[in-house]
Amino acid sequence: MIKNISNLGDAALYCDFGNEVNKEINRNVINYFNNLRDSNFLGITNITPSYNKLVISFDLKLTSFAKLKKQVENLELKKNNNLKNNLIKIPVCCAEEFALDIKRLQKLLKINEAKIYETFFSKNYYCYMTGFIAGMPFLGDMDKSLFAKRLETPRVKVPKNSIGITEKFCNIYTFESPGGWNIIGKTPIDIFDNKKNTEPNLVNPGDTISFYPISKLEYEKKYE
Amino acid sequence: MKKNMNKNYFEVLRPGINSTFQDNGRNNFYHIGIPFSGAMDNRNFLLANTISNNGINNPVLEFAYQGPILKYVGENISINVTGDVNFKIIRKNKNLKFSCYENIVLENNDCLDILSTNRSVYGYLSIGGTFEVDYYLNSCSTNTKAKIGANSGKKLETGQIIQLKNIKKILPKNKIEYLNSKIENIRIIKGPHFDYFSKDAIDSFFSNEFNVTKLSDRMGIRLKGPKINNIKNTNIKSEGLVKGVIQITADGDPIIMLSDHGTIGGYPKIGVVISADYDKLVQIPPGSKIKFKEINLKDAETIFKLYEMETQNLISSIK
Repeated sequence: MIKNISNLGDAALYCDFGNEVNKEINRNVINYFNNLRDSNFLGITNITPSYNKLVISFDLKLTSFAKLKKQVENLELKKNNNLKNNLIKIPVCCAEEFALDIKRLQKLLKINEAKIYETFFSKNYYCYMTGFIAGMPFLGDMDKSLFAKRLETPRVKVPKNSIGITEKFCNIYTFESPGGWNIIGKTPIDIFDNKKNTEPNLVNPGDTISFYPISKLEYEKKYE
Repeated sequence: MKKNMNKNYFEVLRPGINSTFQDNGRNNFYHIGIPFSGAMDNRNFLLANTISNNGINNPVLEFAYQGPILKYVGENISINVTGDVNFKIIRKNKNLKFSCYENIVLENNDCLDILSTNRSVYGYLSIGGTFEVDYYLNSCSTNTKAKIGANSGKKLETGQIIQLKNIKKILPKNKIEYLNSKIENIRIIKGPHFDYFSKDAIDSFFSNEFNVTKLSDRMGIRLKGPKINNIKNTNIKSEGLVKGVIQITADGDPIIMLSDHGTIGGYPKIGVVISADYDKLVQIPPGSKIKFKEINLKDAETIFKLYEMETQNLISSIK
């Protein structure tokens, strides 16, 4: 449940669900997000779920913090309304030219390359949120043996479709972008399709992802 | 050039520094990482469409610093420019000067040269008609980062053709008397991580001026000034951002998020710029200084109502 609602400036609500990052809290956030999307409360312009917070922006011409706060507090939750739980399989090519940080990770984690990949591909990952750049999914949780810090100096350009890991999370760079995550491979699939006018995101909050390895040859085939 | 060309179009002779098509922006896509976008200075966007007798969400051409040179081909058309903008029309080798905030007539083969915005950043070109642009997720606003919206998500480029449709009969002057006032004091409301900073850091934040650096664009304004020391943690769990949020980076520098901002961020938020000051904030050019002043939510709401009233008065003052 929401622990506290405060104002983020004069045109947004900042809903706090707790300090930890875990699936249970995040499912709560996403459940609120889905219920609010169906609520048609006047003036809402954007709702942003994250690990343990929900930010609701609104049009100050149409409503106010006090009004919308009351509505959110009195919102009757339909149980697990539309809580998506799709399983999405994503191929990853770990060829040397795509796995930009695998050598660094071997040293840092003191595990060999084969073991790193075996561990990485053995788990399913939960999507906590999408964003920062269009469509980028924040996935977790990684196996403890793979917890690695960000690069000390972030890359100016991480190639599009790179798979990155840091601490207990992994993600997919949907566009070429600056970034400091450890890159271990690349997918031939577009996670964000800017040609699609409905649901351009392949991965949405609440979804489950399983990665599977493909060869360079398969990567090139899928890319065609 | 396209085959089925309309008879009315602009040819881009010079694209300008950052010229993009914008409208009111895109609602309800923060959760998939797509920011609001839209015209940076909402008041000047509204005035441009009002003078053109257009709908309030009609696309306009936004430019920054130096604007484009556009060669016009077609029947006579009314256009207007808003903002604090220096521009001219080159007609048969003569330079003609005009003012902002009134309709002027563009003739076949005229060149509209938008020279510069004066001690400000953004200006707008609106036409008595409609720019023929692509829409994506209910808005034509160009977001160059996600490559979406009008012009395939790109800035204007040299040589391209901008098709026009629904050309209106020549419009009355529709003049609005408006002076863009400049501000240096930005009013803010405390953010959720105010207590991440020492009392000295907070004092320093409100008592010193900050320089607007060149690393400022439609995504954000980066400031340089005294370092704002964090006493808790320089990172938070990434969470939602809004327009006007001021984050303090790990280096201790403030960064203000603007209309094309990343939708989530992991730096502590010291404050949020009030809605009424947003249009003026985005117009502060690099090299200027700004100072922050804290106010409460109730005052911010009242100031916004006054600001809205002022905008409506401007719209109804049209002559």
